[in-house]
Amino acid sequence: MSDFSVTAASRPQKWIAGILVIGYALITILPLLWIIATGFKSPSDAIAYPPKIVFEPTLEGYVNLFTTRTRQTAEFLAENPPQTWYEAIVAKYDMTIVGPSRFGERFMNSVIIGFGSTFLSVFLGTLAAYAFSRFRIPLKDDLMFFILSTRMMPPIAVAIPIFLMFRSLGLSDTHAGMIMLYTAVNLSLSVWLLKGFIDEIPREYEEAALIDGYTRFQAFTKVVLPQAATGIASTAIFCLIFAWNEYAFAVLLTSGTAQTAPPFIPTIIGVGGQDWPAVAAGATIFLLPVVVFTILLRKHLLRGITFGAVRK
Amino acid sequence: MAEVTLHNITKRFGATTALDGVSMTVPDGSFVVLLGPTGAGKTTTLRLISGLDRPESGEIAIGGRPVADLTPAQRNVAMVFQQYSLYPHMTVRENLAFPLKSPILRTPADEIDRRIGRVAEMLQISHKLDNKATALSGGEMQRVSIGRALVRDPQVFLMDEPLSSLDAKLRSDLRVELKSIQQEARATFLYVTHDQVEAMTMASHVGVLEKGRLVQFGTPREVYEDPVSIHAAGRLGLPRINIVPADLFGPAPEGVEWIGLRPEQIRQGEGPQAEVVRVEHLGDQTRLHLSFRNHDLVTVTDAHTELRAGQMLSIRPENPFYFDASGARTHRGR
Ligand SMILES: Nc1ncnc2c1ncn2[C@@H]1O[C@H](COP(=O)(O)OP(=O)(O)O)[C@@H](O)[C@H]1O
Ligand SMILES: [Mg+2]
Repeated sequence: MSDFSVTAASRPQKWIAGILVIGYALITILPLLWIIATGFKSPSDAIAYPPKIVFEPTLEGYVNLFTTRTRQTAEFLAENPPQTWYEAIVAKYDMTIVGPSRFGERFMNSVIIGFGSTFLSVFLGTLAAYAFSRFRIPLKDDLMFFILSTRMMPPIAVAIPIFLMFRSLGLSDTHAGMIMLYTAVNLSLSVWLLKGFIDEIPREYEEAALIDGYTRFQAFTKVVLPQAATGIASTAIFCLIFAWNEYAFAVLLTSGTAQTAPPFIPTIIGVGGQDWPAVAAGATIFLLPVVVFTILLRKHLLRGITFGAVRK
Repeated sequence: MAEVTLHNITKRFGATTALDGVSMTVPDGSFVVLLGPTGAGKTTTLRLISGLDRPESGEIAIGGRPVADLTPAQRNVAMVFQQYSLYPHMTVRENLAFPLKSPILRTPADEIDRRIGRVAEMLQISHKLDNKATALSGGEMQRVSIGRALVRDPQVFLMDEPLSSLDAKLRSDLRVELKSIQQEARATFLYVTHDQVEAMTMASHVGVLEKGRLVQFGTPREVYEDPVSIHAAGRLGLPRINIVPADLFGPAPEGVEWIGLRPEQIRQGEGPQAEVVRVEHLGDQTRLHLSFRNHDLVTVTDAHTELRAGQMLSIRPENPFYFDASGARTHRGR
């Protein structure tokens, strides 16, 4: 039931389509390649004009990203020669490493808050979507519309009330607060997407399981969930991408303990201004989890992105 | 195995009344076939017994025990759905094992293997056991869903047109298999079909549903030989019973509007002339399509008949069924 090409594409058509797709992919991937390349440049190469396409790669950016450093006198450096490759990189600028930077913590905060809120959004969303899909609920349509209406303005429009609420509830700069906030924002998307997927799963499967001796909850976990895997995976990716990249609330509500990577990365300051290679290195590492997560779930995503319109 | 009783069951879906005061007893160890056109309420009857739907009023008992408060799992019934409903994320073997592994049955692994092996062989799906359920043909899927019921020992088997999408050969094999399973295990079956042959050969009792009402319940022979209405008469018999105006062959008794003629109620070689329109040789019998005073009649005759289209044949009704204007039978038990 997946055959909707009416006629097969001819050879030249395939070539044109291929060139268009590759061209589009190159254009969209260019900023990404730029960031990845900048992470391996020296600070002077990073700001060179015209931009250097060929350059001598260095790990300076990554070393600076993960460390805090201090300037030393020439005598001190002569007496304490660098022991490791990363100390050697730093020593070129007359500096020594005094400790790790905050990047590791901020990155872990992003992981905890991003994946935590994604898990909660998908978990609660799946249960709610199942109930909306299968049970007779009073005012069902109104409730569904109400849930959708929470996304009819940009979430940041309610920044001030949320800021005040967080302050009086003691949620400012806490992991729990940020997880709750991102879950609340994602939940409407999650319920709507998942309801679409669950609606597509015929009830007969659950009914068969009920008759085969299972409770409704067991039928849900053993029969509905495996078939909703596609929808759950693609919903999870959408939720993760939002929570992972969210910047405005993170700037507003976090500053220390629970600060995520997005507000942290731009604040990386080097000697004499912004340390662009370190910023680019941070951005590159920051990209990785979402890329890996998406690649792991891509098989599901390809089917899921059609929002359940295509039945196998 | 157990007896199933329905007492005055009514089921509505919004404005439609799917079942209207149906009372019926499916005796322990019987094979009851439900007949009726699409929308008559056959599927609804099975769903109410299984517990997937609840009646608005009336009582259902399985094995003498009222089941109103029991979940489908607790009722311990097996059901084959009209649309096959194999679990698409499981293999055939996992599908067949699923009911046996339920928290209610918790069958040991070797017993599961034994039962699956036996059922798979009977349904000719042994070679497909490790296929994904979605990799099967329609007929194979339907056999697996029958198998998913047969691996169990439920109180009652509910089957909703289980053989309808199979080819003729398999259908007749499985008809014999199902009937012999039922007889050996003394199992109780409630079975929905459109197929006359299934009804006549398998049923110990036939229930005729019409627009949500059970209009007749009896042995296949009773329903065939003594139908209560035009509708019930049309449910059994091949070729189908001929219904013609009562006065077609001459004066009819008072209040009779229609007469019904099964092939054996048309005496050939006597009476007025009918024209042979078409002759169908079916091997063991020959079907005659006749035209009599602008009415079409279908009957059977000798397998080796010499009759040809265009020839004339004299026919005369013999002990026909009489029906009034509403289609109800009159002059019963003459
Ligand atoms: N879930 C439902 N919602 C609304 N109407 C239904 C539903 N199920 C059955 N019906 C109606 O009930 C009547 C009986 O249906 P059903 O039992 O499926 O008939 P059958 O199986 O004999 O073809 C039909 O008029 C059908 O439209
Ligand atoms: Mg039906």
